[in-house]
Amino acid sequence: MTQLIVICIYLLALLSIGWLAKGFFRGTAEDYFLASHSIGPVMLLMSIFGTTMTAFALVGATGESYRLGIGVFGMLASSSALVHTAVFFFVGIKLWAIGKRLGYLTQIQYFRNRFESDTVGLMLFPILVGLVIPYLLTGLLGAGGVVSALTVGALPDVFSASGGAVPAWATNLVICSVVLIYVSIGGLRGAAWANTFQTIVFLMTGVVATVLISNELGGVQAATQAVLDTHPEKLIRGDAVSQFGFLAYALIPLSVGVFPHVFQHWLTARSAQTFKLTIIGHPLFIALLWTPCVLIGVWATSAVMGDGSLVVPIDHPPNTELGIMVQKLTTPLMGGLLGAGILAAIMSSLDSQFLAISSIFTNDIVGHYVSREQVSDEQLVRLGRLFVVLIVGVTYGLSLLEPRSVFALGIWCFSGFTALFPLVVASLYWRGVTSAGAIASIVTSAVVWFLLFRDSDYAAIAGYQFLGMMPVVTMIACSIIALVGVSLVTPPPSDATIDKFFPEAGH
Amino acid sequence: MHRRLIYVALILLAILHQDFWFWDDATLVLGFLPIGLAYHSAYCIVAAGVWYLATKFAWPDPNSEGEDMPQ
Repeated sequence: MTQLIVICIYLLALLSIGWLAKGFFRGTAEDYFLASHSIGPVMLLMSIFGTTMTAFALVGATGESYRLGIGVFGMLASSSALVHTAVFFFVGIKLWAIGKRLGYLTQIQYFRNRFESDTVGLMLFPILVGLVIPYLLTGLLGAGGVVSALTVGALPDVFSASGGAVPAWATNLVICSVVLIYVSIGGLRGAAWANTFQTIVFLMTGVVATVLISNELGGVQAATQAVLDTHPEKLIRGDAVSQFGFLAYALIPLSVGVFPHVFQHWLTARSAQTFKLTIIGHPLFIALLWTPCVLIGVWATSAVMGDGSLVVPIDHPPNTELGIMVQKLTTPLMGGLLGAGILAAIMSSLDSQFLAISSIFTNDIVGHYVSREQVSDEQLVRLGRLFVVLIVGVTYGLSLLEPRSVFALGIWCFSGFTALFPLVVASLYWRGVTSAGAIASIVTSAVVWFLLFRDSDYAAIAGYQFLGMMPVVTMIACSIIALVGVSLVTPPPSDATIDKFFPEAGH
Repeated sequence: MHRRLIYVALILLAILHQDFWFWDDATLVLGFLPIGLAYHSAYCIVAAGVWYLATKFAWPDPNSEGEDMPQ
């Protein structure tokens, strides 16, 4: 019960932040969606980090290191320290500068103008929204798993079927509602403030959870020694991860360059200088967050209770490893605080994703195809909120179906975004890329992604490979071939577009 | 010149990520941290250092640097 009370207090604190941010709202769509480009270095670092690290990082990383061992850190954490930051450095700053100069609110506006094609925008809209849905789903599955593990026996009269634990459907309903409310009232400013608060909370959570859990297990050395004695294979990569698979995983973090919510956060920056702290701090925060999570996941394979039983039973439901470790090895108060921290990581992504979906619907569909004389800024924002409620409803419905591993679902979602990354790079660095090439790349990415996803039984087949490789390798290869091949045989963009996006070309 | 050195450092960093030399090594650093995990945690810190140098000597868009958005 204590855990539930602490989590409820935390959720109320978030609502208060949204309410506070509302006081700064300037009444324009640009302010609602981009906080009027007013975000400074510290808040940009916190909000981008909070946005990119979700259930996938805390719940997924712990669960996957329980299954595969320490290799998970190199596969996704340290590779992100290099790749995420490279994307911020070589792509993010350039897109920020173009967005600032040309007044863009969303990435679809950018692509539509860059490729002189409404078709590109119309094709990207369902694909980006469609890929954000599984991303949202990873957050909800993670939240449901954590809270149900943390609240076992808390409400036996209300939730007797789940042993008194708050079931996933109830958790997800509350989480979605809270995030929807504070995003609706506070816009991106509310999301950025909430993310800053939540990033501090979940960074501390990882470290505090490691200390508390290791103390219960007899100290960090004893906890690792137990793994060395019973599951030494978890302390190396060995056969759990192939050398080529490890290399291929480095493609996954490229997805950050295509996330609509990250694009939106980039545009909130006050100046190019604002990015510097993000570029330096992001790798440090990754180490601070992932090292404890991977350690806890590895310890969970061998941790035993006083009676000799395993802390995490062999037949535990997916996405519950971290929740079970926290629930069984810490006090109810700390369990509540740590639970709030885990939810912080999840919600700090959900809010930006909700807002990004709202933004692209409002600006790229309604704003682009309906005359601005027919719709006011206020109506635009309201329509965006309604669309988000629809998407959240769909995602919530999907979360009630058979649960998937957060990690596996996340990888599929990121792979889809990664397949579109060549398009982003070409649009910034290759003047000769054509709209036909862009369309070919988008269609190819979508078709290949769907065929492989279906072949994996919709992420149900763990460790699914195609031609002996991670599916992302095939996706990105096909995307590049279509992009380059079609661009080389179709007419180049107009001089006006080249001059607009490459002023140094000087036609 | 500085810019090129930074790019070389980034390529080197990418190569160092594939640490096949610690693949099957179960040595524990400080008695609790598997060396494969310790290496990659340290890698993140080194990456932050290289990125710091990149912001100093290879900033990609000097023309837009310091231009604040109108408030």
